[in-house]
Amino acid sequence: MDLLSTLRIAFRALARNKMRSTLTMLGIIIGVGAVIAMVGIGQGADQTVQRQIANLGSNMLFVSSGSVNRGGLNLGWGATKTLVREDVAAMVKECAAVAAAAPGTQTSAQVVYENDNWGTRITGTTPEYFEIRTWPFQSGAGFGEDDVTTAANVAVIGDTVRKNLFATTEPVGKTIRIGNLPFKVVGVLVAKGQSPAMSEDQDDTIIVPLTTLQKKITGQPWLRFVMVSAKSRSGSYAAQQQIEALLRDRHRIRPERGDDFTVRNLADMADLASEASKVMTGLLASIAGVSLLVGGIGIMNIMLVSVTERTREIGVRMAIGATEGDVQQQFLIEAVVMSLIGGGVGIAVGVAASLLIASTAGWPILVSGEAIAGAAAIAMAIGIFFGFYPARKAARLDPIEALRYE
Amino acid sequence: MLRGQVVRELRADASIIAMSAQQTNSLPVSELSGQESKDGIVIQAQDLHKIYHLGETQVHALRGVNLEIRRGEFVAIMGASGSGKSTFMNILGCLDKPSSGRYLLEGTDVSGLEKRQLAGIRNRKIGFVFQGFNLLARTTALENTELPTLYARIDKAERHQRAVEALKMVGLGDRIDHFPSQLSGGQQQRVAIARALVNRPSILLADEPTGNLDSRTSVEVMEIFQSLNDKGLTIILVTHEHDIAQFSKRSIIFRDGKIRRDEDISYRARAAEALKSMPTLED
Repeated sequence: MDLLSTLRIAFRALARNKMRSTLTMLGIIIGVGAVIAMVGIGQGADQTVQRQIANLGSNMLFVSSGSVNRGGLNLGWGATKTLVREDVAAMVKECAAVAAAAPGTQTSAQVVYENDNWGTRITGTTPEYFEIRTWPFQSGAGFGEDDVTTAANVAVIGDTVRKNLFATTEPVGKTIRIGNLPFKVVGVLVAKGQSPAMSEDQDDTIIVPLTTLQKKITGQPWLRFVMVSAKSRSGSYAAQQQIEALLRDRHRIRPERGDDFTVRNLADMADLASEASKVMTGLLASIAGVSLLVGGIGIMNIMLVSVTERTREIGVRMAIGATEGDVQQQFLIEAVVMSLIGGGVGIAVGVAASLLIASTAGWPILVSGEAIAGAAAIAMAIGIFFGFYPARKAARLDPIEALRYE
Repeated sequence: MLRGQVVRELRADASIIAMSAQQTNSLPVSELSGQESKDGIVIQAQDLHKIYHLGETQVHALRGVNLEIRRGEFVAIMGASGSGKSTFMNILGCLDKPSSGRYLLEGTDVSGLEKRQLAGIRNRKIGFVFQGFNLLARTTALENTELPTLYARIDKAERHQRAVEALKMVGLGDRIDHFPSQLSGGQQQRVAIARALVNRPSILLADEPTGNLDSRTSVEVMEIFQSLNDKGLTIILVTHEHDIAQFSKRSIIFRDGKIRRDEDISYRARAAEALKSMPTLED
């Protein structure tokens, strides 16, 4: 029998039991819908993380001073005093893959403006920092190389600090106090939000010239970190290796000793985060997949009922010349039609649910073409897989028995 | 025993008369039946045995059946239940295979064929009419009639044309778009007959075709059978009603898995005549 006639018969058989067919399809609809929505949530999360990591800076590497283990006492990251400004100058000069580098050190302090005060992170660095982190200003501008040379009392504030100290007034030009020192606010950075890789509020910071922080606040001449930008994303691994070699050489570390610094590559972090969200997507999708499986079992169940109900019809069809293949095809097509319609509606439901979740819960959701195509393919596979046994059962009926069936 | 009784002689005169008999509106005779073997034998059963294994016990349903049926015959098979007539019909209809013996349909031994090939033979060479009509519900008379042509993979235009012709032949040309639920029992059985005829089979097998019908409608169905037979179609009818068997040309009686009697009907009733004397109940 040709496919078109078989399809017509399948649709007619399904239309005969509209309620039953609809309920059976509902299993597939819910399953496919859930898979689409869950994969959408997972992929949306992945995209957000990737965007946030890209947001940290372009092709960025993060060099931090290492830990020291002195007499069994591990002082943790940033405790070594070996990372210095000369290292940074050497990196830019000698490492071919490095585009720019900004030295930095950090402390925390209480900041006061008029009647408000706020405890925050104070970062001392050079003007390259803003470029490496691709961090523009919402008002004012950054400090210059001169300010670093002269250790000027100027500050750039993050958006969180602005909110807490300058709720109503424009900060640029105002003077704030860090510890006991007055600083003139020269610029306000745009909000960057939470850092996914370092899990901190990136906007809760004040940035001052490196020398100002080193000489006037901490009194420590060494660096805690260096922000480096590689010339290209693909070059970031080369940059990492070059920096490691350079720093080992400059710090005269013997081959058998470990590094006294750590280089973290944002590309690595992005990969790691991507891995994590893939695991999450997989988990969500497999939970949704269970409902798809249940839907498939529902199809099998209804097809078995249908085969039993239509035993006589099968007998008649066989008597007038239907081969086993014809009968099998008929029931298989019926199951596939049911699962494909369910899959189609399920895709619509899944997309609608994704949009609903995106707008109500505010989660970023990404419904990709691959997810939709995959769901359609899975729905079809389910129809074939769960329709096969009932169809086989129908095809294997003995026509004489089937004709006699009441 | 008595196997010699089964072997029949050619009734040349009868088949010639049948062939030249009233050719009415529809299909020419040659199209109603397929090819036949040279000597006009359509069905040849040679020492058919059928044994069913029901757990420990064995049921010997057929115990050596020999039979020849020639083209244009109209045979009524009778017998009590358990006599083996249903088993024999199933084998004739290629729904079942004999345990031993040979069954030749139009000279071809079909007892050794595979399921798939048997389906093809049922489709093209055998037309089935059942007691319970067995039409597909919510499917028009035309579509029901078309069904065998679908499995024969005949193209759409010819399918339609053949189905309409077959329905006209059974007098339902004006009801092709009716659903079975809109048709009377007799009309449903006529749709079933049209369905059996649509692939122009060699034989028509009717299993208690009047079992679900009232007496007048039964005779009407027999009238259709007689007119089809007059046009040359070979018909084999299973029935337990002697009145119905009277409309055939030859009666075969089964008992205990064997043919007990095989004789021509001496006073063959004409259904058309019988109808005139019957009271009209409906229409």
